[in-house]
Amino acid sequence: MATMMLEIARPGTRHNPFARLAAGRILPVLVVSLALLAIWYVATIGLNARGALDQYERDERNDWTIAELIADTMRQERPLLPAPHQILVELDKSVLQIAPTSRRSLVYHGWVTLSAAFVGFAMGTLLGIVLAIAIVHVPALEHALMPWIIASQTIPILAIAPMIIVVLGSVGLVGLLPKAIISAYLCFFPVAIGMVKGLTSPDPLQLDLIRTYSATEGQLFRKLRFPAAIAFLFASLKVAIALAIVGAIVGELPTGAQAGLGARMLSGSYYGQTVQIWAALIVAAIVSGLSIAAVGLAERVTMRAMGSAP
Amino acid sequence: MTVLEATSSVASARDRPEPAVEISHLNLVFGEGKAAVRALADVNLTIGRGEFVSFIGPSGCGKTTLMRVVADLESAGSGSVKVNGVSPAEARLARAYGYVFQAPALYPWRSVQRNITLPLEIMGVDRAEQARRVARVLDLVNLTGFARKFPWQLSGGMQQRVSIARALSFDPALLLMDEPFGALDEIIRDHLNEQLLRLWERTRKTVLFVTHSIPEAVFLSTKIVVMSPRPGRIADVIDSDLPRERTVEIRESPEFIKIAHRVRAGLRAGHGDDDA
Repeated sequence: MATMMLEIARPGTRHNPFARLAAGRILPVLVVSLALLAIWYVATIGLNARGALDQYERDERNDWTIAELIADTMRQERPLLPAPHQILVELDKSVLQIAPTSRRSLVYHGWVTLSAAFVGFAMGTLLGIVLAIAIVHVPALEHALMPWIIASQTIPILAIAPMIIVVLGSVGLVGLLPKAIISAYLCFFPVAIGMVKGLTSPDPLQLDLIRTYSATEGQLFRKLRFPAAIAFLFASLKVAIALAIVGAIVGELPTGAQAGLGARMLSGSYYGQTVQIWAALIVAAIVSGLSIAAVGLAERVTMRAMGSAP
Repeated sequence: MTVLEATSSVASARDRPEPAVEISHLNLVFGEGKAAVRALADVNLTIGRGEFVSFIGPSGCGKTTLMRVVADLESAGSGSVKVNGVSPAEARLARAYGYVFQAPALYPWRSVQRNITLPLEIMGVDRAEQARRVARVLDLVNLTGFARKFPWQLSGGMQQRVSIARALSFDPALLLMDEPFGALDEIIRDHLNEQLLRLWERTRKTVLFVTHSIPEAVFLSTKIVVMSPRPGRIADVIDSDLPRERTVEIRESPEFIKIAHRVRAGLRAGHGDDDA
């Protein structure tokens, strides 16, 4: 009966390959991606036409055609908006064609940023968990700490990052650690908030139960509060890892750092190398996406081991 | 604590003359001032070892509260409560009772086996002994073979049986059951009632059992405490003269019907006060 209903609701799903594609995930993703790509190309033409026309004027050329103009909007060295294929060529050059240890390799710069982000992520996660444990166990701390925790996130990170770098630099801390601290500053917040919610998530019955066993505070934490908070922790970690990467990139911007995706973007903007900026942006997006996916994978493995329904 | 000590302490507890639970002049008020609610008023009750005592009454009559006072989940107001001759707090610290809640309250991230070992882990029982106990209590509740399943893979009735197994795992002499079968359908409930009776016969524990159901109370109990609401108090205490070994057929017998009738009368009298 149930299968019949399904067939009525979605006629022909079994036999028509196109209908199956539409019902799946491939087609919608494909359609949206192609649409975005089309919009990008149109924008490339629109935004770069001015530059191409100026060039024609300087060369005193009047015999250009529309086809030439469109082609010329996509082969400028410093376009306002590079075309996707220009970025791909740059990525090919700076990722695949070059040794990953080279200073011109985006793999090298990506690793510099990512290593700072990971250290910051670890520090921020630890800080967030410690704060949450303190807040849950000492009620007075909730009122004492929460305003500061929230206030810390209302300050624009772009404003505070240079100060952190300068202050730490003056005490001799340079390189990875200042960037990691900015990452930690951003990503402790979702972890602290998520963990407070998670640690207080056990229901009264689960709490009463462990109380009937005369469990100690430590046992209550290990056997009930912490396991109950794991699902909340992973939701927070996915936000935190993305913030950590943003933090590391922002930490590279104000210092004139020599390496890292942020440094790449900054030097690109100094010299008007838009293609280089975009290539670095794309790598940053890929790195963030992969990191979030890694946290997601860790979540699935952990939750499976903790017996959640698949 | 080793197994031997555990068993001998339980055995000596059973030999002592004190009743399992002794409540005298218990009063309990929730809230203060105008919002104050008298939850329990002058409750007096003595429960001997090995008895199966049901508490029956309408919602708000304080039967769950009374149970929670015995379990030290709620502190007594005035009056005295003794569990195995000591205060409820001391009894809780001595892990004198197992509590079965209205809902199974299983920890969803633990398998059936690890849910049952939870109290044993807290009490520091060693691994080999834990495994032995799991096998024994799963057999008691007829769930052998389900040790590795997780709660979501079990039906409601099976989950509640796991929670009973968990309460039995550390072999407390006293079992507090707060409407354990309230959320289950009648067919499963009858079945579990029979199993519970058999389990009680085998283990000789003292059971305090909260219920809304007259047939359930009469079928299971050696003593039925009828309670009435606002304020919660004991309206009647009925000693059942039914034989200890019972089957479902006993519900048709005149003795059964007589006791059920008296329980119903007690409940009705309690309600009558409402209209006055």
